[in-house]
Amino acid sequence: MISLSHFLVLGGILFCLSVAGIFLNRKNVIILLMSIELMLLAVNMNFVAFAHFHGDTAGQIFVFFILTVAAAEAAIGLAILITLFRNRRTINVGELDNLSG
Amino acid sequence: MAIEPVLFYFFAIVLVAASAAVITVPNSVHAVLFLVLAFFTSAGLWLLLEAEFLAITLVLVYVGAVMVLFLFVVMMLDINVEPTREGFIKNLPIGIIVALIMMVEIVLVVWPNFGLQSYGAPVPHAANYSNTKELGYVLYTVYLYAFELAAAILLLAIVAAIMLTLRRRPNSKYQDPGQQVLARKADRLRIVKMESSPRSAPGSNPGEES
Repeated sequence: MISLSHFLVLGGILFCLSVAGIFLNRKNVIILLMSIELMLLAVNMNFVAFAHFHGDTAGQIFVFFILTVAAAEAAIGLAILITLFRNRRTINVGELDNLSG
Repeated sequence: MAIEPVLFYFFAIVLVAASAAVITVPNSVHAVLFLVLAFFTSAGLWLLLEAEFLAITLVLVYVGAVMVLFLFVVMMLDINVEPTREGFIKNLPIGIIVALIMMVEIVLVVWPNFGLQSYGAPVPHAANYSNTKELGYVLYTVYLYAFELAAAILLLAIVAAIMLTLRRRPNSKYQDPGQQVLARKADRLRIVKMESSPRSAPGSNPGEES
């Protein structure tokens, strides 16, 4: 029988994979954004699993709001990406050193 | 044998494989498509968890809007893949080590504490139970202010995304509505007084005029 820990471990695997993705694709902004989306998915998986096993809808409502904020974040992030590409002709993070940070 | 464990393991394996493909394939378009697969399989898992509304929302909003937006951007930008791949091999060991350590920690914390003995399997809802209706009741009463805030955030995202990508080309022609509204009849129309002249005499051929 599938228990809550199965879903939590699955969410953990997803989260670790996306962290590894941020390490591996440090130069590509698009893959970085996609890794963030995967992280949010892992968190949402935990919320939905807890909501189901607690019999409480609060977790599902939280996932609803996370989806909203993630959609806004993706839209703004991609808009920034397009502006960046228009001005610099690159999305390589290694070349984005205008701020000299 | 119950069908749920089979479905769970099938979806879980596909989900993990798709996520691993997202972070490793060199082509960004393929990565987006694997991410779409990951979202689809998660929607299947959420259906197993009786979160029907969120599963459909994930497919509609995420796959239908956000991932298509990603696909648009990835295909529109002419990206040279090679320089963005540098450092992939160099960062591979540390990425794997960090991910494995986090994984072991999460499993050590989660696996013994959230089994069926502490959280028993909930009773499945009846066939006429509506997850959407249930969420709607809570969303429009308890979480009404948060719901309004979410709407404001979406509006903010629209305005921000449009303002970031809007650009005025100097040589493009566009209308200025303010100037259009300000136009007066006197600016456009000039009435010229003219002497009225008698008609040409009858009998002359009209075809010869002009």
